[in-house]
Amino acid sequence: MAALLEALNLEVRYGGIVAVRGCSFAVEEGEAVCLIGANGAGKTSTLKALARLLPSGGEIVYAGTPLGNLPAHDLIARGLALVPEGRGIFARLSVAENLVMGAYHRHDDEIGADADRLYTLLPRLAERRNQLAGTLSGGEQQMLAIARALMSRPRLLLLDEPSMGLAPVMVDRIFELLRSVRTQGVTLLLVEQNARLALEVCPRGYVMESGRITLSGLSAELRDDPRVRAAYLGG
Amino acid sequence: MSVPHLWQRLRNEAVTTSRIHRPLLLVGCTLLIALPFLVGLGFGPAWVRVLDFVLLYILLALGLNIVVGFAGLLDLGYVAFFGVGAYVYALLASPHLTSHFPAIAALFPAGLHGPLWLLLPLGALVAGVFGILLGAPTLRLRGDYLAIVTLGFGEIIRIFLNNLYQPVNITNGAQGITQIDGLRVGPLALDRGLDLFGLRFSSLHLHYYLFLALAMLVVFISLRLQDSRIGRAWVAIREDEIAAKACGINTRNVKLAAFAMGASFGGIAGGLFAGFQEFVSPESFQLIDSIMILCMVVLGGMGHVPGVILGAVLLTVLPELFRFGAGPAQQWLFGRVVVEPEALRMLLFGLTLVVVMLLRPAGLWPEPRHRRELAQ
Repeated sequence: MAALLEALNLEVRYGGIVAVRGCSFAVEEGEAVCLIGANGAGKTSTLKALARLLPSGGEIVYAGTPLGNLPAHDLIARGLALVPEGRGIFARLSVAENLVMGAYHRHDDEIGADADRLYTLLPRLAERRNQLAGTLSGGEQQMLAIARALMSRPRLLLLDEPSMGLAPVMVDRIFELLRSVRTQGVTLLLVEQNARLALEVCPRGYVMESGRITLSGLSAELRDDPRVRAAYLGG
Repeated sequence: MSVPHLWQRLRNEAVTTSRIHRPLLLVGCTLLIALPFLVGLGFGPAWVRVLDFVLLYILLALGLNIVVGFAGLLDLGYVAFFGVGAYVYALLASPHLTSHFPAIAALFPAGLHGPLWLLLPLGALVAGVFGILLGAPTLRLRGDYLAIVTLGFGEIIRIFLNNLYQPVNITNGAQGITQIDGLRVGPLALDRGLDLFGLRFSSLHLHYYLFLALAMLVVFISLRLQDSRIGRAWVAIREDEIAAKACGINTRNVKLAAFAMGASFGGIAGGLFAGFQEFVSPESFQLIDSIMILCMVVLGGMGHVPGVILGAVLLTVLPELFRFGAGPAQQWLFGRVVVEPEALRMLLFGLTLVVVMLLRPAGLWPEPRHRRELAQ
């Protein structure tokens, strides 16, 4: 079976600087895969290239179609949703309006029902549905960003550092949410600096270092790898 | 529930709009119709003229509000579109082209006298195309950078209007275009006035009604746009462009639509201005005018249609008040005129703006949700 998402020799450059050098990886349907690595390893650039927010070299194949020349805004209708770095919520819109915006490309009548389902899953957002998103705490904003992406009924969810800048309690909640998203059959590709949690949620992972994928395998193996332990799991 | 319904419901929940009562609406309409007579009787015809300009500026401010308020794209060259609309009308409803180009004179032996119903949409269209011309190269720019490029664009248009008189005379340069046909609605020439039911409708009154009708139309379009699919897309790019893309919004098209739509409102206002004044010159389309229109939008409350209208009214009426009031006030206070009213006008005007922005940073009449945000 062909992978849902496959990157071949992905390359991203900023002018003369090469941020991602020839990375190849694959994500199967229904899988949860994490991409871990230190600051500046090229994780975010990889994800942005996948979301077509950055021009890239190499090849990206999603659900059998090459993404090469597709614009970013075409992806969501194909089931590929991004939770951007730094959350990217619409601060001056209410929580409910943010969710509706996540369904911008949809024309069916079940958007309200989908929002209600998310409110049941995330009571904190339900309580604050009429509050402006900018007034939420960081963790709540991250929840909202994920919920907004889920409003598009994605097949594959790309997440860029959902734990960034959050208190440990909130980080746990976010990862709890990701676990329940997984059980709904959504494929996940998670970019994270928090290697411990990422490897817990995702059964398989890739390790990135200075633009290259240096290690890959099942999370259990990665957790036991002395190099990963030393670099990302605190020895 | 589908998106448009949901959005409408959410807006109604978030923005606690006071229901407008029908009798109140009727009183409002009657007042708007009677206004030029009341103002004329109370303050004289000069103020009816101010009233006409208030309506023109409402058109302009609402157009700029689409670009700045709805889509969050800072445009400092907006007056260029006003100029484009004005020159489209001026060139196609004056003897200028026929007297300088024999070929055109041969084509139109009776002279060029484009009708209003054709020239206004044409002006809107041409201005809209210029809007896209400005928008296309600036798609990647935001904030200050966008402001600088749009400022440059506005100046380029003005300088072109100033210099396109040689080798072929298209705009007649700084002397401007004269003998422009006045506005005509069907058989009615607005500049001649009208006697109806024993009432004298002067030229200023008739222009008022035409401008009022178009201003109402633009208010209606603005309100409809705000709740439309594209209105939601504008809000999204205003808040976060990358997230908007991730939500499936074609940011390029949506931005160009904002520029084109805003510019076309400016083009309509320009056509009306040219026909009203029966004269246009590049002098009317300077940077200060762009800034003035931007001030109306910001002072009133960016993105909030009633606020923007209030801003346009205040910033048109206040300078006139200073102009008429500053001299007599000094005479009464000091016994003589100490400072020229003209010099004082801009000073007081600037001071008012500073005070308003300090006390009400979101504008005088912002959208209720913004007020709430600032309070929190």
